[in-house]
Amino acid sequence: MVNGRRTNRVSGLRAFFSVIWRNPLSRTGFLILLSFLLMAIFGPMFIPELKSDYANRLQPPSAAHWLGTDLAGKDTLLQLILGSREVLLVAAYAGFFAVLIAAVIGIVAGLQGGIVDRILMLITDVVLTMPSFPVTMILSMVIRITEPLVFGLVLGLWSWAGLAKAIRSQVLNLKHREFIEASRILGLSKFNIIIYDVLPNLVSYIAVNFISIMKGAITSSVGLMILGLVPFQGNHWGVMIQVAISQTGALMGSASMVYFLAPVVCLMLFQLGSYFFASGLDEALNPRLRA
Amino acid sequence: MKLKKLVVSLVTILFAIICMFLVIQNMPGDPVETLAAEIARTENLEMELAYAKAKSVLNYDPDIPVMQRLVNYLGGVLRGNLGTSLAYHKPVLQLVLGALPWTLLVLTISLTLSFSVGVLTGIFIAWKRKRWMNAALNVWQSIFGSIPDYIVAYLLIFLFAVTLGWLPARGPYSAEVTPGFNMAFIANVIRHAILPVMAYFLTTVANWTIGMRANALTVLGEDYVTYATARGLSQRRILVHYVGRNSVLPMITSLAISFGFMFGGSPLIENLFLYPGVGYYLNQAITRRDYPLMQGMYFIMIVVVVLSGLLAEKLYAVLNPRLRER
Repeated sequence: MVNGRRTNRVSGLRAFFSVIWRNPLSRTGFLILLSFLLMAIFGPMFIPELKSDYANRLQPPSAAHWLGTDLAGKDTLLQLILGSREVLLVAAYAGFFAVLIAAVIGIVAGLQGGIVDRILMLITDVVLTMPSFPVTMILSMVIRITEPLVFGLVLGLWSWAGLAKAIRSQVLNLKHREFIEASRILGLSKFNIIIYDVLPNLVSYIAVNFISIMKGAITSSVGLMILGLVPFQGNHWGVMIQVAISQTGALMGSASMVYFLAPVVCLMLFQLGSYFFASGLDEALNPRLRA
Repeated sequence: MKLKKLVVSLVTILFAIICMFLVIQNMPGDPVETLAAEIARTENLEMELAYAKAKSVLNYDPDIPVMQRLVNYLGGVLRGNLGTSLAYHKPVLQLVLGALPWTLLVLTISLTLSFSVGVLTGIFIAWKRKRWMNAALNVWQSIFGSIPDYIVAYLLIFLFAVTLGWLPARGPYSAEVTPGFNMAFIANVIRHAILPVMAYFLTTVANWTIGMRANALTVLGEDYVTYATARGLSQRRILVHYVGRNSVLPMITSLAISFGFMFGGSPLIENLFLYPGVGYYLNQAITRRDYPLMQGMYFIMIVVVVLSGLLAEKLYAVLNPRLRER
């Protein structure tokens, strides 16, 4: 029985990837996201600690520095690569926390029903109604953001509500299918049912939402940094944009335009990749959207 | 109106106020202490007097139990007393009422613009069914759906304000015009609003187009449209009365929802343009640790967002006869 389920899950995973690959939109998105992921994982391994070099400040792009240098003479391209790890890490933590909260609340509300469901949904509605960016702004002041994990938590804390509602309705939908009724009649525990019967059916749905929460988290994280609310040391692209704007006058037509545009273009590319991936996957998984 | 929606709205507002209150309770450092020190320094008061003044300004007395303080604060809010701003030395209510119109101005213009343009192009694309139009729409959406609006704002400033010098990029109006109901002032305000409006417009218009296209395509497939065509009604009449009306209806709700959403995102755009709206002051309040102002701006933000949600519900019920209560 359990073995059968496991092979089921493996083939489910394979089916998931073949769905991604078959759709040109999600394939493009997948490849973009994959290259960012590889850059974030392996890039920093080959880059030594960047040293300030004030003799070479704000250089235009050249053979030695493909994207020029920054205010302190550090190579822009290398900073971008180092930064990708922090950007992705913050976003992935945010996505992880949001999905975790959403899954727990959505599944419990859906399976339990009754008063528990009603209370959880009231909380969800309240969170959904309160605008998330201002809340995150205020949270970033109370919680001292010192590392990617904390930053991700702050960003994830207010972005789970929509997903929780969607998961709940999926669970309600699944609840009365035969295979779950069968498990229940077999006397399997609720926990067992959740892990083996409910979750596998939600995986692809959660994956799509994980990507869009990451997309949103990157937008908000850079936004918070531009507002100067997150004194984050490191190479996050938001720091680069903030420095470019506030300290080098990138918008005033100085040579640092490249230093400003480099993280912006990366940001765009990543967002584009997420958008393609999620909408392609949506199209493939959601028969109603199929043209 | 559904009772549930009303309950959620009230709970949201109450929850938001209590949350903010508790946040201030748990703020690192004692806000009263900090403020008292500042008052003592700037107004040359004795520390004891300054402390008493700080307590009344903040409407916060650490010696009273938390619950009592919360009740006091809520009572103040109900009476319209939002406290005094620490940074601006003005009543918070006055600052809130001064900031609100600017945010509403920019948001209303950009939302009206993007909604009407989106609805018209959406129905046009659905009607024409041309491949290249769909492709163009998808390209537009991919680009502007991936750039955050504040980045678009930066690029607009660089292009139109710095490089070309056509439009102002800072503030709500220039110093040389006198505020009031005169042509020069109004023209100046509009010129200053163009870039922020464009930033919102460019990033949201495709959503409306796509939504409208999808709705219009569904409606075009309905039997009553086929019937109307068979009856020989003019294309214009079918488009406006049959397709247009029935596909705009479901979008009214999203109109109010996205108004709330944009209201929540306003801190970024308003800060880039130094536009003195609610979002601008919220950020000022946070960076300057101005708790009463922070609470006030946050309060009005929540109220506007909640109200627009309620309005969405109401409008939907009014416009959709199927949902109308008997």
